[in-house]
Amino acid sequence: MKIKALFFASCRDIVKNREIELEVPEGATAAEVLNQLCQTYPRLSDLRGRMALSVNEDYAAPESILRPGDTLALIPPVSGGCL
Amino acid sequence: MKEDIFRITEDPIPPDALFDLVRSDADGAVVTFAGVVRDNSLGRETEHLVYDAYREMAEKKLREIGAEIRAKWGLDRVAILHRVGRMEIGEISVLIAVASPHRREAFEACHHAIDRLKQTVPIWKKEVWKDGETWIEGARPVGNS
Repeated sequence: MKIKALFFASCRDIVKNREIELEVPEGATAAEVLNQLCQTYPRLSDLRGRMALSVNEDYAAPESILRPGDTLALIPPVSGGCL
Repeated sequence: MKEDIFRITEDPIPPDALFDLVRSDADGAVVTFAGVVRDNSLGRETEHLVYDAYREMAEKKLREIGAEIRAKWGLDRVAILHRVGRMEIGEISVLIAVASPHRREAFEACHHAIDRLKQTVPIWKKEVWKDGETWIEGARPVGNS
């Protein structure tokens, strides 16, 4: 099935793209897709333990099951506002 | 309120951008908070900042903060703007305004809004120095450059 993956901040610098379309196995979880992305873009692995995931604009657990057409985003620790 | 404002914008934010929008004749207090670009960070001289956002999700999370404030303080006259793109020293990156009949609720709600924004809203800051740049992700910089 096809899903969309979004990248921001340092993740976007690594992937060199804000958005890519991905072919993933039917019933894949968010964590499995993240594994797949880390294989394609090994430098993402460095951020892995600190990253959150969102599915369709809501924070999502790694075990969330994706459906065709879903949007998965890699969310590095946020730093909006001001320090 | 005339319109719901929980928005990510590319445009400069004037300090009074939200005042008239949140204030009603029943209010005795309007608290605004402005986050401003500072000339130094992590012991280095900041040249400028660049903010990036996951716009659709960020606006959704800002609306959720508005809902939290409605639930906790019964206030619905809240507005939040966050700018993205390049910002120079002294420019406003985030502006929050809360109006209420009395000051305490407005102060508390505004404080809550900026704290929650920094925890949950998918926005990222890049520090640009004279000799390099780095994304700030959480409390510490990522990598070295």
